[in-house]
Order: sequence, then structure tokens, then C-alpha cells
Amino acid sequence: MVQLAAVLAAAATVVFMVEMLRRRQLREKYAVLWLTLGLGLVMMAIFPGLLVTVGRSLGFVAPSNLLFLVAGLTLLLISVHLSWEVSRLEDETRILAEEIALLRMQVESGRDDGPP
Amino acid sequence: MAPAAAGRLLVLVPAWDEESCVGTVVKEVQSLLPEADVLVIDDGSTDRTAEVAAQAGAKVLSLPYNLGVGGAMRAGYRYAVRSGYDIGVQVDADGQHDPTEIAGLLDRLADADLVVGARFADRGQYAVRGPRAWAMWFLARVLSMIIGVRLTDTTSGFRAANRTVMQLFARHYPAEYLGDTIESLVIAHRAGCRIAQVPVCMRPRATGVSSQSRVKAGLYLARAFLALALALIRRWPDSRGVPTAREGA
Repeated sequence: MVQLAAVLAAAATVVFMVEMLRRRQLREKYAVLWLTLGLGLVMMAIFPGLLVTVGRSLGFVAPSNLLFLVAGLTLLLISVHLSWEVSRLEDETRILAEEIALLRMQVESGRDDGPP
Repeated sequence: MAPAAAGRLLVLVPAWDEESCVGTVVKEVQSLLPEADVLVIDDGSTDRTAEVAAQAGAKVLSLPYNLGVGGAMRAGYRYAVRSGYDIGVQVDADGQHDPTEIAGLLDRLADADLVVGARFADRGQYAVRGPRAWAMWFLARVLSMIIGVRLTDTTSGFRAANRTVMQLFARHYPAEYLGDTIESLVIAHRAGCRIAQVPVCMRPRATGVSSQSRVKAGLYLARAFLALALALIRRWPDSRGVPTAREGA
């Protein structure tokens, strides 16, 4: 029962990402990331033994610890990446705002004091 | 009035919701320096700042939304460079900077690239106390050491810059709060520009009050140190994303 719920939840995640991508709500670079993660979740839900085997062989006392560690690190990396993207976008919009102001001034002054 | 002002002079006035003072500042500058052009950079004001400035006879650069002093000044310097000005003087719109002191700043440009008008350099009676004063003192000491010139007022926005510095600032003027004053000094220094300080008298602000509460002073201190630390560890120049091709125009 629990496994079925896990498989369904993981599959729903993948379907949701595909739908977002299909409606052009997501850029490809993010879609690839989330689809990969979603498929990984599906695999783990279908074959729970996989997590146990890998966790044991890496020396984890409880396999769920491996899951938490990987999940935590992944989310950290993703949020750092998003902060970076937002900073870059803000830089770009600032430059655009400055350029728009300069262009508007040039247009409104009848192009007599801007560069040729 | 301004003997050393060889070349075209632009007075840059960043203004954010300063409709009550900006007109007076523009008119004062124009009567003292008739050969200079005045550019008011309206930093996304919601009041009549742009209108008042234009009526007073200034050129007005209206930013579509508020970018902060850093963004406003970078846009202003970019305009100055593209329009071929040789000297840019930054003056606050709140009336704190006395336009009669501009001549003194211009004089020092003869042997410096960037001149800062400092309010604590033995003149005037502008008083700052408490943590804010300690922060300013400490910043001044550290920056003086880094730059190798005695500076006493590193957060002063009263400055004169020659074309070399304007070209640098048109591309690399820091956008963060306090970065516009502290970090820009470090940038200019690392680019090999000569920095000098001139003592000036500051006037009390025409309107509005400078924030002096304890909490705000503490925050100011923390942000000033953050700005300084960032300035020191940042890699630059960072030419990413800023158009440079037309700046030689």
C-alpha cells in the first residue's frame, strides 16, 4: 500500500513536470533537472530494495539516512543555483532599466544631445 | 569660479523623491557654474522630481523604477561618457552638498582622478555620534590603509571624477547599498586611479532627517562592514553583461 502510494506520488511528479514543459512554463534546463529527479524517485518507489542495498554498501546504518543526505544536498545545490540565476537576472534588468532611461532621454530631447 | 575646469563639465544629481529640494540645487549649481550642464537622475521617483528638475533647467534621466544610488550613478556616468563630458561632479539632491564647494573639488582634479569631498576633514560642524560615527571612523581607517591616501569620510557622495574614472564607473559602479561609496573607492584604487580628499562644509539637510536611531545605526554598521568585506574579496572588473562597445563614443 505504502509502496503503491510512493509510486503514484513519484509518477505524478513526473507527469506534472512534463505538463509544465508541454505548456512552455519551464525552461528546458530546469525541466531536465526535475525530470531526472522525478524518474529517480519513481525508480526508488518501484524498487525500494535498491536504496537499502546502496545505503548498506556505503555504510549507512539506516538507508533512509542516505535518502535524507542526498535530498538535502540536492535541494541546497538547487537553491544556490536559483539564487545565482536571480542575481544574474536582476543585474540584467538593472542594465536594461538604465539603457531604457538613456534611450528615452535621447528620444524625448529630439536626439540633440545624445551620441550620434 | 572654477579655474581648473578644463573641458566639459557635467553635474550629476541622483534624486529619489526630492521634489522639494531638487529645483533649488539645480538652480544653485547653474548660477555658480554657468558653463556646466546639470543632469538629474530621477531614480524612479513617485513625486514630481523629474518635472521640477526639468523646469529648473536640468537634463533629466528618468529610470523606470528605483535602482538605488549605485544604479542611478552608473546610468549617469554612462550618459556622461557617451555624451563626451570630461568631468563629472556628483551632488546630492537633498541640498546637503554646498555647490560653492564644487570649485575646490575641481581644483584637486589637476593631480587626482577622483576627488572626494569629506565632511569631517577639519571643517564644518556636521555632527554624527554613536555607533554610526565609530563605523565611519573605522571604515575611513581601513580604506585609508588600503588606498594609501588619508580619507576621513568614505561614505561621502560629494565627488568629482575625470573621464578615466567616469569610464570605469560607467561600467563598474557598484549597485549595492553603501557599495556605491565604499566599494567604488576600492574599484577606482585597484584600477590605478589617484584618489584625493578635499575638506568641505556640509549643510544640514534641507528636508527630511538622517536616520540616527540605535537599531538603524547598528544595521548601518553591519551593512557598511559587509560592503567593505565584499569590496575587498570581489574579483573585478567584471565586464559581464554591460554594453561596452559604444562607450568610446
